[in-house]
Amino acid sequence: MADVVLFEFLHAEMVAELGARDPDPGPGGQKRSLSVLEGTGFRVGQALGERLPRETFREELDVLKFLCRDLWVAVFQKQMDGLCTNHQGTYVLQDNSFPLLIPMALGLQYLEDAPKFLAFTCGLLRGTLRTLGFQSLVTSSVATLPACKFQVEIRKS
Amino acid sequence: MAVCVAVIAKENYPLYIRSAPTENELKFHYMVHTSLDVVDEKISAMGKALVDQRELYLGLLYPTEDYKVYGYVTNSKVKFVMVVDSSNTALRDNEIRSMFRKLHNSYTDVMCNPFYNPGDRIQSRAFDNMVTSMMIQVC
Repeated sequence: MADVVLFEFLHAEMVAELGARDPDPGPGGQKRSLSVLEGTGFRVGQALGERLPRETFREELDVLKFLCRDLWVAVFQKQMDGLCTNHQGTYVLQDNSFPLLIPMALGLQYLEDAPKFLAFTCGLLRGTLRTLGFQSLVTSSVATLPACKFQVEIRKS
Repeated sequence: MAVCVAVIAKENYPLYIRSAPTENELKFHYMVHTSLDVVDEKISAMGKALVDQRELYLGLLYPTEDYKVYGYVTNSKVKFVMVVDSSNTALRDNEIRSMFRKLHNSYTDVMCNPFYNPGDRIQSRAFDNMVTSMMIQVC
């Protein structure tokens, strides 16, 4: 159980450090720190996408199911709570109690700071998809903590 | 005993290629290059046939009079190609499979190395040592 908390602390420190560094609190500075976080998650996702899969994937939906089950269990010790799709390349992954948001608050407090804590995970998803052969765009949204949604759009190349 | 080992990226350029030093290296480079067509054929054939279990190990790609060429593809479409001496008949399918599994594990370790950028040539000494052990293996 100690291992889980180590990653949460490290992640919280990463967000705090990248957020506190820039002297310009305007939207430009924040965007850079978000993209640095996302880039870090991307590289980690690429490595995980190489190490984790145990079987070959026949189609896109299998890859998404792998993300919701195996990847989420490996990183957050739980499965994703919901997966929806429009069968045209857009998927919505729903997590009702995201482990990186639980320590913060339950409800609407800190809603505007929540996206900073989701940037790394968006990159993680994008990196894993990239290794498995899909160019994608991953965005996240939070309605009430700790539930959050990740929108994945697979780009047809 | 492997005579030549190559790791080819998804975009079909080599990430790592090494042959036994006594032989004419260009010949092996050419063999690996021609075997890529066979690999692509096997991958697309597997997709169309809709087999339930898509294997990562592709098996014997093609034999020549002196050498046999084996292939393996990972989930991330990275291909491993191995050329072995035909005169060495003691090498069985299982042994080739285990050699490819070792290659795959070492490649995964290289990917997880934070100093490695995906798409660069592989320069890891650990990977080199593992390939050396495969090439001087005496059967």
